[in-house]
Amino acid sequence: MAEAHPVGFQWVVEAKNRGAKVIHVDPRFTRTSALAHTYLPVRAGADIAFLGGVINYILSNEKDFREYVVAYTNASMIVSEDFQDTEDLDGLFSGYDSELNTYDQGSWQYAGQQAEGQEEDESHADRETASGLEQESHGPPIPADVPRDPTLQHPRCVYQVLKRHYARYTPEVVERLCGVPQDKFLEVCEAWTANSGRERTTALVYSVGWTQHSVGVQYIRAGAIIQLLLGNVGRPGGGVMALRGHASIQGSTDIPTLFNLLPGYLPMPHFKQHESFDQWIDAIRHPEQSGFWANAKSYAVSLLKSYWGDAATEQNDYGYGWMPRLTGDHGTYQQVLDMIDGKIKGYFLLGQNPAVGSAHGKAQRLGMANLDWLVVRDLFMIESATFWKNGPEIGTGEIVPEECKTEVFFMPAASHAEKSGTFTQTQRMLQWREQAVEPPGDARSELWFFYHLGRIIRERLAGSARPRDEGIRKLTWDYELHGELQEPSGEDVLKEINGYDLTTGKLLSSFTEMKPDGSTSGGCWIYTGVYKDGVNQAARRKPGREQNYVAREWGWAWPADRRTLYNRASADPDGKPWSERKKYVWWDEAKGEWVGEDVPDFEKTKPPSYRPPEGASGVEAISGDDPFIMQGDGKGWLYAPSGLIDGPMPTHYEPAESMVRNPLYGQQANPTRKVYERSDNLTNPSPPELHSEVYPFVFSTSRLTEHHTAGGMSRQLAYLSELQPEMFVEVSPELAAERGLEHLGWAHIVTARAAIEAKVMVTDRLAPLRIDGRVVHQLWLPYHWGSEGLVTGDSANDLIGITLDPNVLIQESKVGTCDIQPGRRPSGPELLTYVQGYRDRAGLTPGHHTPIETPRDEDGQQ
Amino acid sequence: MGSNSLYGPLDPALDAGYTDAPPRMGFFTDTSVCIGCKACEVACKTWNAVPDDGFDLLGQSYDNTGGLTANSWRHVAFIEQPRSSSGAATDTPGAFAGLPVGPSSVPATNVVAARSAPDTGTSPGIPPAVDALAAAATAGTEFIGAAPSPGATGGCGSGDTSGGCACGGGSSRGGASAAGSSGGCGSGAGASEGCACAGGSSHGGASGVGASGAGAIGVGASGSGEFLGMPMTDLPGRVNEAPRSDFRWLMMSNVCKHCTHAGCLDVCPTGALFRTEFGTVVVQDDICNGCGYCISGCPYGVIDRREDDGRAWKCTLCYDRIGDGLEPACAKACPTESIQFGELDELRERAARRLETLQSQGVAEARLYGNDPSDGVGGDGAFFLLLDEPEVYGLPPDPHVPTRDVVAMWKRAGLAALTMAATAVVAFAGRRK
Repeated sequence: MAEAHPVGFQWVVEAKNRGAKVIHVDPRFTRTSALAHTYLPVRAGADIAFLGGVINYILSNEKDFREYVVAYTNASMIVSEDFQDTEDLDGLFSGYDSELNTYDQGSWQYAGQQAEGQEEDESHADRETASGLEQESHGPPIPADVPRDPTLQHPRCVYQVLKRHYARYTPEVVERLCGVPQDKFLEVCEAWTANSGRERTTALVYSVGWTQHSVGVQYIRAGAIIQLLLGNVGRPGGGVMALRGHASIQGSTDIPTLFNLLPGYLPMPHFKQHESFDQWIDAIRHPEQSGFWANAKSYAVSLLKSYWGDAATEQNDYGYGWMPRLTGDHGTYQQVLDMIDGKIKGYFLLGQNPAVGSAHGKAQRLGMANLDWLVVRDLFMIESATFWKNGPEIGTGEIVPEECKTEVFFMPAASHAEKSGTFTQTQRMLQWREQAVEPPGDARSELWFFYHLGRIIRERLAGSARPRDEGIRKLTWDYELHGELQEPSGEDVLKEINGYDLTTGKLLSSFTEMKPDGSTSGGCWIYTGVYKDGVNQAARRKPGREQNYVAREWGWAWPADRRTLYNRASADPDGKPWSERKKYVWWDEAKGEWVGEDVPDFEKTKPPSYRPPEGASGVEAISGDDPFIMQGDGKGWLYAPSGLIDGPMPTHYEPAESMVRNPLYGQQANPTRKVYERSDNLTNPSPPELHSEVYPFVFSTSRLTEHHTAGGMSRQLAYLSELQPEMFVEVSPELAAERGLEHLGWAHIVTARAAIEAKVMVTDRLAPLRIDGRVVHQLWLPYHWGSEGLVTGDSANDLIGITLDPNVLIQESKVGTCDIQPGRRPSGPELLTYVQGYRDRAGLTPGHHTPIETPRDEDGQQ
Repeated sequence: MGSNSLYGPLDPALDAGYTDAPPRMGFFTDTSVCIGCKACEVACKTWNAVPDDGFDLLGQSYDNTGGLTANSWRHVAFIEQPRSSSGAATDTPGAFAGLPVGPSSVPATNVVAARSAPDTGTSPGIPPAVDALAAAATAGTEFIGAAPSPGATGGCGSGDTSGGCACGGGSSRGGASAAGSSGGCGSGAGASEGCACAGGSSHGGASGVGASGAGAIGVGASGSGEFLGMPMTDLPGRVNEAPRSDFRWLMMSNVCKHCTHAGCLDVCPTGALFRTEFGTVVVQDDICNGCGYCISGCPYGVIDRREDDGRAWKCTLCYDRIGDGLEPACAKACPTESIQFGELDELRERAARRLETLQSQGVAEARLYGNDPSDGVGGDGAFFLLLDEPEVYGLPPDPHVPTRDVVAMWKRAGLAALTMAATAVVAFAGRRK
């Protein structure tokens, strides 16, 4: 955190100064470790084993916050008797389909609900479209009426299922899998549990590299399970917080730049699953389900009204027919492979540098070199704009500048100081920023670019009678324009996002005012209220010292300006604060409403004693003691009976590339991981496959404080470049001795994809671990360098292959296996021969197939 | 000239002739919360339009600046040590306890890093291999290669009079010496006692660095624990065999000290260096003629000249900003309040409280540096809270201003003159007889 989020780290320092204990778990000793009280080295890719160990510690020592767990989580719910655990099936849950490598989730359901689960082909389609992302703002469908055992004694209640699942994740096993000494592991367990409960809360903060694993979603799930067991969700000082890698990453999923989502986490229609408007709506709201998603039609219709205005009518399903449709996986990695295969002709890159920043750099560059046209909008001439003349493939002969057919249009972009607008940070808070200066030269904002591009396209299509152009012709496309540059008004756009009452023309103040009849508009329902009372609430700037610690008059947070989600959980089931010290939102009996420091995340006047009438659905079905109002059952989920493709509980699988045989299960790696098996995307062998020793070391990548991601904003600046001027690789003294690496000398690192070179940094900050009885070396690389800028170097992401998490299609880019050797890598065509030599030795020959499901002998043994 | 104008406690602005000067302003740099983000370096360069100092990978942990120069007015030192963080409870296992580790790499990497001399475009800039011999000693490695002469080692950016000042004491701390090469190790003013190579002997053995520092010295050097700048005769690997079990990473943002008695200012013949009303010391670039006297006058080796125009440049404590009621750029940018700007008196009180807190938390080695008005420079306007001996960070243990000895020197010179005169008188008188 100190490395990648130094500004946020000031709060850790402040907490430490007030007496907080800081523990840092990381494969290498970083600037964060330097300030921590305790540092634990851990093997990259073994986090679920570690967190599962913590869960086991909590459950076997009964350290959970029992009242919270019984009342607010699904611990008491009874799971179907058809369910079988990974403990029963050697690493697979029940319902596995070996053909599709996916699950029929029927048996994962609660008792009596088996018909509700997704079947394997549906699950497969969900993997193609990363449907897990839709659940950022709401849980997957689940019926409310489920058998429960509040004593938590029923052998099939979630609590007992969880306990059995993690029973083997003992401190000994954690040591064996993660390399963490048991006494240090127990120190973490004790600190975490001691600092949770009625009087205290613990925050779990992670940076988004944590998600970049083939089991990335389950990493976060494991953290969430611990936080729920300890009562650290919906309470002040608790939570699970993702530190984002850029200024508005949260914003870019709320108003998405993702292929599978529409604003506010509405799913992008799928050509088969959502043929009709009603199918689409029902897929979101799930009739009969409780929770706020029951109003999905209001949100969806308002969105379509903001797209098409008067042209969106009830008769034409509000323009639903003009919406584009998904036909499968259109994720960024599928697209790149499609470019290589010549299926995609044109591409826009906005503030993104995949030639350096995305996994498998070579695939990225070869894909872009096979386009007809490419538009790059960036502050500087980045590698993704010059790959055709300066990329590493020029040397190897794989790209010939004279023959590369891609026509690259480079459009200089305005920086954040040269345009106004909002950033949405990890607390879901929108903060408006003013323009400081005019952009230089031809540089323009994204808003300018897309507004005028749209304007010109619409002018070209004005006379078109083709049905496919109708959706573009009928778009609402008028914004106030300012100044010489004809810059559209960002505030106009924010108002459009906020939404209007179309009958009165007034701005909406809450999404609860949205209607399903076309009388309201709103570009992103969760942002409704950001322009409440005609005031740009995101521009509020009352300093923290002039208000209480919740600081509600600084910026604006979705939904409805709630600073802490699910804050009903900060009070007990009767509506009283769990403790005076941690009071936050509570029921005021005299006033008959919820009051407190924050906007209550609950119906304001629904008393704690409210119980839904028989047969209720939607908001009405939410009980007065159900804090998790966006979940179908109002509960925090320790066990996910649906919604996750790779299983209801996090399970330790080895990374897709590992030199360690999974010590816990016959199944080696995530059995549902998304793979793209092709000759240009080979995977290093892992046990029980042969030849994993060809790539004998673990590597991880991350950032340095001094640079920003792919370097586009830092390697062009002398003041930053001088601080970290060269690509380097960090190795332990032990690995240096084993491989003959010299401090400040050259080394090269090899995987099945590439070989890159770097200067050697021998440092005590890395140490070998003992994993399952053998010594495992880890090395670390920053990923900031490329071929452009003041300082250049090989790109670490060239080493990484494309293997994805099945839920959200995030790449496994924080762990892999490699070899490291002293000296520079070969250059020119010899480099290809060199990498091929490794592949040959590793048995990665044509026709090689990496099994997703680990093969077992007939008797079920490995 | 006041009674303490040359040495001793003093209000420098008053002494410089300001009649109603504002309170003296300064920096308190608390290294215990420094996270090494280098925002101070970047903010300083951006505000003051300081040029970059080249793109050199130095191999000195994450320090690629190397030291304070005319082109780097803030410098973040990174010190890797195979020892525990201060204040860790004794029952807490070390960072790498229980892992299959071997000896520390710190001494060996220091030897390599000591050879990496950045080209900063300044003079004297960062002297090459300033600490190489010392590093070699701690590594127990026979140092071969571009060994500088002992004179160059001792130079440490201080020039003429400090020839004997070769130690950079921190180097004897075994592994602590990464920062030793960060410029200005020697106290330039030629006095002997503060500059002695006492570092190793005084704390090498006691500090628990053990395996590397004290061991190396005991075996390799004179046996007295004193490092004399001689190459070691031990074979590689003879020392430092103990597996490392612990580790700490110190970070510290260094800056011009704005001394109460500023050696640079005292020797400046043009008046380019002057004392501001805030008690800080600033070079006026339109007056500086590049004579370089200030360089040998600085007991910290801070001040330095640009090679392109020859003029001297250093931290101004953002004279333009503080005059407008703003805080200096580095302090403004520091996210963890490691760099604190304010009235010096208040900062000293704050620092004393902070020290007390840390020591009560068991950080026994925490200490203040440059806060004492009775020290050799009359106290620094920019002072520090350190977590180890100053030498570990490349700071001189007992700096003092050259003018300290002026009175005594003039007295001696006067006495000598009187004696000579008397002798002459006697001689002439005798001849007349």
